[in-house]
Formats: sequence, C-alpha cells, structure tokens
Amino acid sequence: MTPGVVADWLGAVSLVAGALLNLAAAIGVLRFPDAPSRMHAATKPQVLGVLLLLLGVALRLRSPSDLGMILLVGVFQLATAPVAAQMIGRAAYRSGRLERQLLETDELAER
Amino acid sequence: MTGPAAGAAPGPPDRGVRARLGRWRDWLIAYGWLVLVWNLLWGEVSWGNLLGGLLVAGVVLVFFPLPPVTFGGRLRLRGLLVFGVRFVVELVQASLHVARIAVQPGYVPRSAIVAVRLRIPTDLNLALTAEALSLVPGTLIVEVDRAGGRLYVHVLDVRRPADLTAAREQVRALERRIIAAVGSTAEVRRMRSEPAEKESS
Repeated sequence: MTPGVVADWLGAVSLVAGALLNLAAAIGVLRFPDAPSRMHAATKPQVLGVLLLLLGVALRLRSPSDLGMILLVGVFQLATAPVAAQMIGRAAYRSGRLERQLLETDELAER
Repeated sequence: MTGPAAGAAPGPPDRGVRARLGRWRDWLIAYGWLVLVWNLLWGEVSWGNLLGGLLVAGVVLVFFPLPPVTFGGRLRLRGLLVFGVRFVVELVQASLHVARIAVQPGYVPRSAIVAVRLRIPTDLNLALTAEALSLVPGTLIVEVDRAGGRLYVHVLDVRRPADLTAAREQVRALERRIIAAVGSTAEVRRMRSEPAEKESS
C-alpha cells in the first residue's frame, strides 16, 4: 500500500466517524429535554464531528492551500461554538426555558 | 514578561512604559494574526495578498478596536502540551458520552447548575476556562460572574451527588492546566498555595 492509499482510507474513516458524531449531535439536539441540555449536544459531539470531517477532508485533498483553509475552519469552530452555546444557554436560563424538575440543584438561583 | 496589572492606577513611570510596550505587542500580534488569516482565506501567500491583508487588518483594527486584554503570563511549552493532549482526550470522551445518551432509547438525562469559584479571577483566565469548559465532559457555562470570579456551570447527566463533586473538580483541574500553560509565575504559585480548597458556598 502506498502512503496515498493509507491516507485515503484514514480520511474515509474520519469522514464516516465525523458524520456519525454529527448525526448523534443532531439527535441529541432533538431529544434532550431543555435548551441548556441541547447545547451540550451542540458543542461537544458537534465540534469533534466537524473536526473529524475536516481531518478526513485534509487527508484526501492533501494540498497546502486547502490545509490552510481547513485549519482556519477548525480554529474558528473551536472558538465560536462554545460562545454561541453559552449565549443560548444563558438566554434560555434567563427566560426560564428550563425543565426545573430535571434539575438536581441550581446554585445560580441561590445567588 | 510581566504585563500591566488589570485596572492598576498610574504607577511609577517604568510601569507606564512597560504597559505601553505590552499594548504595542498585543496590537502587533493581532495585526500579524489578521494578515495570516487573510492569506489563509485566499489560499496562498502572495505579494498581493500580503498587501491586501495589511490593508484589511489595519482597517479592522482601527475601526473595531478590542478592549485591551492584559496577558500577564507567559507560554510554557510543557503546560501547553499537557493542556492540548488532555483537551483532545476529554473532547473525545465528552463527545462519546453525549452522543451515547443522545441515542439511548427512553433515557432522559437529569442536570444541575453548580457555581465554581475560580482561584485566579482574571478576565483572560475566566474567558479561557469558560471556552474550554464547554468542550470537555459534562459541563457548559450558563452564566459568568466576572466581579466574583465565578462560573455557573450546567452539568448534564447527573445521576448521583458524586457527579456534582466530580464536575466541580473537573472545572478546577481545567483551570489548573490553563494556568500551568499560560499563567504568570505569581499565578502558578498562587494556584499551588490553595491546592484543594473547598467550595465555600
């Protein structure tokens, strides 16, 4: 096997794994009971899924100019996803869109 | 390198000069980063792109100035490596965990909101910890108390009280790793001096 074939296969595996994680994230966003819980699904599996997809794309394209763009997408994904999730989570908390019976403790309310 | 202390009163002239130098350095780093991003976006580094990048970055920095973030620490290679590796490991763990409970039939996760007081309540540390927290196991920021240096963290999938303690410990461990990677010497020392301080409230 040539290095190119190995990279192609690794890329394919990354693409499929990333797609599956993104699917799980989407299911989580649909199924979780309230907005803050949904944001968990929108950050972790989603970010890792996108990173894996980018890795897969990088392994298949293998050209320097594409790598730069892919790197940028990854960096901005890591930087922006938590911020967006925090804004939505905070808005949900402040407007009371929260399943209180599913909350064990709320130390923010005791403030 | 010692950066200017946050909100420091105009001190001796030496500090003023150093603060101005620090601001210039921050500005130059931002400028260089923006030029780099511009070139990466075009997909190649050429004279035209370099010139365009310098122009656009200048316009961005002049018209959208950021509030000065004081970076008083220094980068430590070992700390950065430890942080990076742990971050990837925890991101994978967190993703698999959330993905699993997302597809588990009929399972409704319970959650909790806990307050965690950071030991080093600088803006930069608050921001970095909050960012990283949202990507590692079980935690998501819902509110930041900047004055009190507190993070209010939403914890997903709480099954027993021990999970809450674990989540708190995780936040503090993350803060420790961030300080070990980018904190100043004084901050690292302060971190060591209060090792296992219990949450007061």
